[in-house]
Amino acid sequence: MIIEDVLCPFCGCLCDDIKVEVEEGKVVGVKRACRLGSSKIRGHERIRAPMVRRDGELFETTYDEAYDRAARILKGAKRPLLYGWCSTVCETAKKGILLAEEVGGVIDSTATVCHGPSIIGIEEKGLSGSTLGQVKNRADLIIFWGANPAEAHPRHTMRYSSNSTGMFTPEGRRGRKVIVVDVRKTRTAKNADKFILIRPGTDYEVISALRMIVKGKGDLIPETVAGVNKADLEEAAGMMKAAKFGSILFGLGMTHSRGRYKNVDNALSLVADLNGFTKFVVMAMRGHYNVAGFGQVCAWETGYPMAVDLSRGAPYFNPGETAACDLLGRREADAMMVVAADPASNFPRETVEAMAEIPVIQVDPFPNPTTFLADVVIPTAVCGIEAEGTAYRMDGLSLRMKKVIDSGLPTDEEVVENILDRVRRLADDN
Amino acid sequence: MIIEGGIVYDPINGVLGEEMDVSIEDGRVVEESRDGEKIDARGMLVLPGGVDAHAHIAGAKVNTGRIMRPEDGRRGTEARTKLLRPSTGYTVPNCYAIGYRYARLGYTCAFEAATPILEARHTHEELEEIPIVDKGALTLFGNNWEVLECVRDGDLEKLAAFVAWGLRASRGYGVKVVNPGGGEAWGFGGNVKGIDDPVPNFGVTAREIIRYLMRANEALRLPHSVHLHTNNLGKPGNYETTLATLRAVEDIASSRDRQVLHVTHMQFSAYGGTGWRDFESKAPEISDYFNKHDQFTMDMGQLIFGSATTMTADAPLEYGNARLLKAKWSNHDIELEESSGVVPLVYGRKNPINAIQWAIGLELALLTEDPWQMIMTTDHPNGGPFVNYPEVVALLMSRSKREKELATLHDLASKRSSLPSIEREMDWNEVAIVTRAGPARILGLAEKGHLGVGADGDVSIYDVNPEKVDPSKEHEEVKAALAGAKYTIKGGEVVVRDGEVVAVPQGRTYWVDASVPEDAEARVKADLVEKFAKYYSIQMSNYMVQDAYVTRPRVIRAGVI
Repeated sequence: MIIEDVLCPFCGCLCDDIKVEVEEGKVVGVKRACRLGSSKIRGHERIRAPMVRRDGELFETTYDEAYDRAARILKGAKRPLLYGWCSTVCETAKKGILLAEEVGGVIDSTATVCHGPSIIGIEEKGLSGSTLGQVKNRADLIIFWGANPAEAHPRHTMRYSSNSTGMFTPEGRRGRKVIVVDVRKTRTAKNADKFILIRPGTDYEVISALRMIVKGKGDLIPETVAGVNKADLEEAAGMMKAAKFGSILFGLGMTHSRGRYKNVDNALSLVADLNGFTKFVVMAMRGHYNVAGFGQVCAWETGYPMAVDLSRGAPYFNPGETAACDLLGRREADAMMVVAADPASNFPRETVEAMAEIPVIQVDPFPNPTTFLADVVIPTAVCGIEAEGTAYRMDGLSLRMKKVIDSGLPTDEEVVENILDRVRRLADDN
Repeated sequence: MIIEGGIVYDPINGVLGEEMDVSIEDGRVVEESRDGEKIDARGMLVLPGGVDAHAHIAGAKVNTGRIMRPEDGRRGTEARTKLLRPSTGYTVPNCYAIGYRYARLGYTCAFEAATPILEARHTHEELEEIPIVDKGALTLFGNNWEVLECVRDGDLEKLAAFVAWGLRASRGYGVKVVNPGGGEAWGFGGNVKGIDDPVPNFGVTAREIIRYLMRANEALRLPHSVHLHTNNLGKPGNYETTLATLRAVEDIASSRDRQVLHVTHMQFSAYGGTGWRDFESKAPEISDYFNKHDQFTMDMGQLIFGSATTMTADAPLEYGNARLLKAKWSNHDIELEESSGVVPLVYGRKNPINAIQWAIGLELALLTEDPWQMIMTTDHPNGGPFVNYPEVVALLMSRSKREKELATLHDLASKRSSLPSIEREMDWNEVAIVTRAGPARILGLAEKGHLGVGADGDVSIYDVNPEKVDPSKEHEEVKAALAGAKYTIKGGEVVVRDGEVVAVPQGRTYWVDASVPEDAEARVKADLVEKFAKYYSIQMSNYMVQDAYVTRPRVIRAGVI
């Protein structure tokens, strides 16, 4: 049986045209997906059973015992941290926020080590964006800044950006100009009309120089800025102003180099400035397929998109104080639940060391380095393959993920709900 | 349940302040209730539950407002309780706060004013999280490529079939049109300048788009009329565009017992002047026109001083706001369908433009003679948050309150508007019309806005005695009573008591399923298959809002067969 138009549960492209061939309840073929997506859909090593740690070692156990242990850890903690939520559906996030309310915890997503600075930039300036189809149909200039879709979002250029075709872009790549700004010549840069090599950590200066040139103050700029010749910047600014529809698609190269949210603030300001001359949009190249979805759910439920402290019953948001790394860095979190993420691989070392000192609950279909730190491990169905639900693409468009096979495992949502039920029962017992 | 002895205003059923009982059973108003629950409403004002026909309460742009405004989130924070989820926000409250605050005001139904089809799933995700009130969403059609092409080709039948399909795809309730043609032009940074300015690349005009969509709307006999946000909204001198738009559709007849066109947040479309320097009210001209043309309705879009978050599918307007005010600016264009923008701002009493805008909203409501043509709104959160409705009602009921307020404003509010000379003070019957009966009738909600047998058991009871309190003088008392209902009853269940939420049932979502001839639907499908293959960034099979997102639907049937 071939199931059409399946959504890919890998990256923020959230491609929705995948063909999955299923035989006897197993995925046997995947068409149209990139190698990253295909590998996830075909499946790889899974956590075999729920596990709990005793005397330093993980032992297999029942779901009931795992739920019970998890509930007791969260209920007993003074400052529980509920983290992750990027590779699961929005329905899980909703339950997770309710659980965080119930245990008086702090909830945060992987955006904190990803596009969190982009969100703070948006808080400063707002963001002039669009859906990806708008870029596909209209953009004649595409700027990838600190982003390398050829490696990280392999189908982005064909489906949505530089190589796609649309109503006003019938010639596809030939009708477009592509600029890449990065600290090294990436595979994406090789496909560019213009590549601007900047020194690491100089995004802010380069964006500032472009803003000055765009606004007619180029004569104040020195001959080189962050190692870039002024003539190159002038050429790029000229291309931006000459475009009918320009777009800046930025990645972690901008958000995680020196300057962080200030870089994003500046880039958003550049785009706002450019709208005085022509049409311009800007978009973050979000990584995990539903990291954007957690931000949406968290915003409509708590008022804030990430790093929400619910310990006082009322949501409190102050990244720098209430983000996951802040709590771990201060050795403040005394228990941590990780759902559909891998902080042990992605967090700063000292925060991972802090994780090792506290009880950690992991909810995930797949083993990863966080498993080695976890005291309770609860395997789940893979969202988008074995469970349905909602995900938000990098441009904020929501789509419904399909269930194509039945794993018999509980979904992330069911696991969180089970833990929530037990937490409530423990509360009643007290 | 029996609500005993209240002083009831139920304009649809001709009840004008009579002391009487209201009985509810199984969620609906009945002749006589058998069960025993009694609510003592003696000496209190009893109205049908409030109906908000135009507010931005759910969907992508509302959430964009929350995400870009953490400073707003901090206002209005309330901790969770055993019953309630936490509340945050003033202009862009979280979903729970929206439901609780409407209920505390005695409102039991609220409609989201603008959702693009492509992002309707998101709108419904948020509507599902809003507790207590019934709700629905109006679907945007005024810049959709399929619409523009049907208009260009003069194919009314296909357009009607597309409207029906779009409502189904978005689980939408009615046809919203925002700055028709301008949203498409904004795709390349342009706009249209009036109703006869051709839309780039499509060659149609706003006049044609509005006329065709109104004709399609009436061909489908939809419960609500076209709901229009005019071209040139927010600009000095735009009353001429507004009047030209209305004159352009005078010959179109309504297919049902309701208006043929609803012009929304009229305050933003009733401006005179050639620029901001000679900016003035043209509300008298607009109201005069409405007094002579009863086929049209409007809502106020009243401005409230203080913080607001403007959000609209009129993206070029928001870009202009951001440039003018040097404010934060978010924009979001939606492939093949719409554009939109969000800009936070503060309305100031001493700002001459804001002061005149404030006066215009009130002028419109008071100079339009027939209250059935007028809905009280603030275009939440564009004019200000809906929690200020009691303030607006108090202003409508009290000339002395208006004078008191005017004295605190920039003096141009008095000089450039006719408000100081307006003596009219609305009575409770008129208030019941502009906050309940009118919006229900204008939306075409047969079971809302009244307390006749069979109506939804939605009742608000306020601790103010209409026979003793004089709203003209005791406006503070009126405002306080309306701000926290003594009881709000939703579907026969007490949800608010003494201004506090005591129960959190889940409301229903209205949407309209309109049937069309099969061949017309087939022609639309053929167009859409091509559009998805070439232009949309998603597959057609993943486009339509799935049933999972509307868990308690109330489907209204309409259509041509």
